[in-house]
Amino acid sequence: MRWPMRMLPQAKSRDCLQNINFKNLPSPGGRGERGGGKPESPPPEPSPIKGEGNYGLIMRKLGVFICHCGVNIAGTVDVKSVAEKVGKIEDVAHSTDYIYMCSEPGQQIIREAIREKGLDGIVVACCSPSMHENTFRKAVKSQGMNPYLCEIANIREQCSWVHQKEKEEATQKAEEIIKATLGKVRKNEMLEAIAVAINRRVLVVGGGIAGITASLDLAEGGYEVILLERETALGGHMAQLSRTFPDLDPAFGGLLSKALEVAQHPNIHLYCFSELEDVKGYVGNFELVIRNKATSVDKRKCTGCGQCILSCPVEFVSEFERGMGMRKAIDTLYASSVPNKPVIHRDHCQYFIDGTCHRCEEVCPEKAIDFRQEDERISEKVGAIVVATGYELYPKEQLGEYGYGEIPDVIDGLAFERMLSPNGPTKGKITRPSDGKVPKEMVFIQCVASRDPDRYMPYCSRICCMYTAKHAKIYKEQVPDGQPYIFYMDIRSDCKGYEEFLQKTVEEKGLLYLRGRVSRVFQDDGRVRVLGVDTLTGKMVEVAADMVVLATAIVPSNGVKDLAAKLRATVDRHGFLTEAHIKLYPVESSTKGIYLAGCGQSPKDISDTVSQASATASKIQALLSTDQLLQDPLIAFVDEGICSGCGICVEICPYEAREMDPHRGISIVHSALCQGCGACIASCPNNACELRNGSAGQVLRMVDTFIS
Amino acid sequence: MEEMKVETVNSAEKVNSSFLEEVSKKSGENLSLCYQCLKCTAGCPTAPNMDIRPNNIIRMIQMGMKKEVLGSGAIWFCVYCQTCGTRCPNEIHIGVLMDALREMAMEEGIPAKEKNIHLFHEAFIQSVRRGGRAHEVTMLMDYMLRSRDLMKGSLLPGVKLFLKGKFPLLPSFIKGRDEIKRIFERCTKEKS
Repeated sequence: MRWPMRMLPQAKSRDCLQNINFKNLPSPGGRGERGGGKPESPPPEPSPIKGEGNYGLIMRKLGVFICHCGVNIAGTVDVKSVAEKVGKIEDVAHSTDYIYMCSEPGQQIIREAIREKGLDGIVVACCSPSMHENTFRKAVKSQGMNPYLCEIANIREQCSWVHQKEKEEATQKAEEIIKATLGKVRKNEMLEAIAVAINRRVLVVGGGIAGITASLDLAEGGYEVILLERETALGGHMAQLSRTFPDLDPAFGGLLSKALEVAQHPNIHLYCFSELEDVKGYVGNFELVIRNKATSVDKRKCTGCGQCILSCPVEFVSEFERGMGMRKAIDTLYASSVPNKPVIHRDHCQYFIDGTCHRCEEVCPEKAIDFRQEDERISEKVGAIVVATGYELYPKEQLGEYGYGEIPDVIDGLAFERMLSPNGPTKGKITRPSDGKVPKEMVFIQCVASRDPDRYMPYCSRICCMYTAKHAKIYKEQVPDGQPYIFYMDIRSDCKGYEEFLQKTVEEKGLLYLRGRVSRVFQDDGRVRVLGVDTLTGKMVEVAADMVVLATAIVPSNGVKDLAAKLRATVDRHGFLTEAHIKLYPVESSTKGIYLAGCGQSPKDISDTVSQASATASKIQALLSTDQLLQDPLIAFVDEGICSGCGICVEICPYEAREMDPHRGISIVHSALCQGCGACIASCPNNACELRNGSAGQVLRMVDTFIS
Repeated sequence: MEEMKVETVNSAEKVNSSFLEEVSKKSGENLSLCYQCLKCTAGCPTAPNMDIRPNNIIRMIQMGMKKEVLGSGAIWFCVYCQTCGTRCPNEIHIGVLMDALREMAMEEGIPAKEKNIHLFHEAFIQSVRRGGRAHEVTMLMDYMLRSRDLMKGSLLPGVKLFLKGKFPLLPSFIKGRDEIKRIFERCTKEKS
């Protein structure tokens, strides 16, 4: 009993505080009028309802609409009795219930009641406001009521669903929630959406097939696109692939034609070898700083003749070739890359190591080599950003289990892709990395580091089943007397033509699929021994293979976490960018104006990546189709008479929405940036900050309803 | 638990993908298509008595386990009811496959695990050869003589069938016995 005693004085002091606030800020309507001097506060909308402005002082006509949600609410809460009780409240002019308020007839009930009873504030008691707040606000708006005078009382997620076994208490709680919400509505201001001018350009981060597709779609739609690629050329991982499933089309040709289209498109500004250094701003108005890294080659002079590459004496292991080929210190990412201009890698170039070598400079007919070139910082402004950062394969340093990284003849799927590519290190021939012989016994292992929540990644990487089937098929084509073995857990072939592709592969080629995980891979007598089990016969299996290809897990590409932090976008625990809603908003990130495409969001194949990139592009085109962006006005505002200009709110704001006004010495709110999180309100020592339609007075009133 | 035997599938005779080819050719069934849905085994009336289930027979053929497959009792248990083949999503007729496997076992001289089943098949064929169709009474007598199995447990249903007139004592021969004879001659000739 000591706790309530101690709480009591505190509660009282909050009460006082509430009084002080109301003394200083007479009424919500009045506040709106006073706010006329502030640039971001919207002018009050002329109301068709009588008694406008001074809602706090006169009797209002409120409406309460209680939804059954089928049996979701009505199965637990006695909606009829709640409607009846609430209807007895003095200023509630209308109280009713209906099976589905969100349905068209349900909305019609609300519209009619507003019209007939002249309601000037309503509470819909239903599901979470994230579901249907917009639905009902639109409905009331159609009757001339300010949409911000409509509030949702959540009696489903926060009441009926969690109290299914306590029907009486749930009914009582629902009634209290509705009463509290009524308390809030009584003090609600009439607000108007905030209009923000938007910049109709788009930044696309990542020049793989996702970024290329999104850029082309947007550019074709007439929008200017800035495409950023970290590597020295476009293409991403698709440039490394040999052929694609299920059609066995050459991947490179198709990609190249799209990349060329990007490079030549008048609406696309391509920045390769570049990174996003800084992002400020908000949806419609992002300010970027792009760092264009020094290539040491003047791209205006360079003709791409390639003489410098031939003359360069320095070779190092190529990451593009997955360690199976070499590259020069001055080189293009791959042959006939887009753009096809070489770049000097300063960590390896002899000139930058000791200044001794000038060969490329000497042979260049255009005098395009510029050792003194420096990184360039470019400022740009855009209205929306697409994050298409792609994937990486699970790092081999952390995957000792299958002898990966130790046994030369154990390679990963991308390395095998390079091997199968006509422009790859072996010119498309399948050979053992250790001795160059053609492997006769080939083992493919699926689900390496995927679907292993204990040690690696819990998710399915989605593309491995299909590309392994493709690998085995191409291997059998090239080595007809070779025997491919495929260790798998399940076969997932869930897209158009995939299952058919797989079955056809199995039928034609007589591959041996072994259902079971591999327990050990070790080197023995020049061969790679693979120990596993075939669970279909229950037999242990040991294959003395010539070569092993691991279908390793897809993980987000390096640096995505840093980029996400810059963009204020969120990532999941594996580093994949999170979408706003997995089903309903799959291409929007949780931050407005930031969109997703490709494997940066989750593992997916090329078809899905292209679909998602196009979806993203069309979403952005819809966003940018107007000159102005309307934003929710439920944001923070400052009472200028109270603000002492301490600046605590500026520091605490996670959205950089608060700033000091140097002339007036007070803090101001950038309405377009503010997300209404309330951090500044909680931190303000003077209670000078308040949230529109969520003021301390309103919240305390709601609390009062529950405790009285 | 029974200790698992380590199988090494590293050389041609161990994997024995030739066995898969051989069986596929002989039976005309594309056994690579099997994705182990187990519908065949689920519907098979004799599977509960089989030492190796029909789906496993296919799997073992894929794995090249010739000795185990041809030596199994399962191939002799199949009664060719065709439930499996009718239901198989990949059109594999296991009845046909089992026939082919039985033939292969006989050619290889692998004794049937269920020796009497073999004799039953022979008695059946003899009966057909004689009259162009199977005659149950003479066929069973033939089988009993060959196997010295008096089928005591099955006598009662036999008597019931006899009383209902389902077991005619004398065999009835078909018209085209000469053609049957020629069929048998041709089969024997082709085989040798």
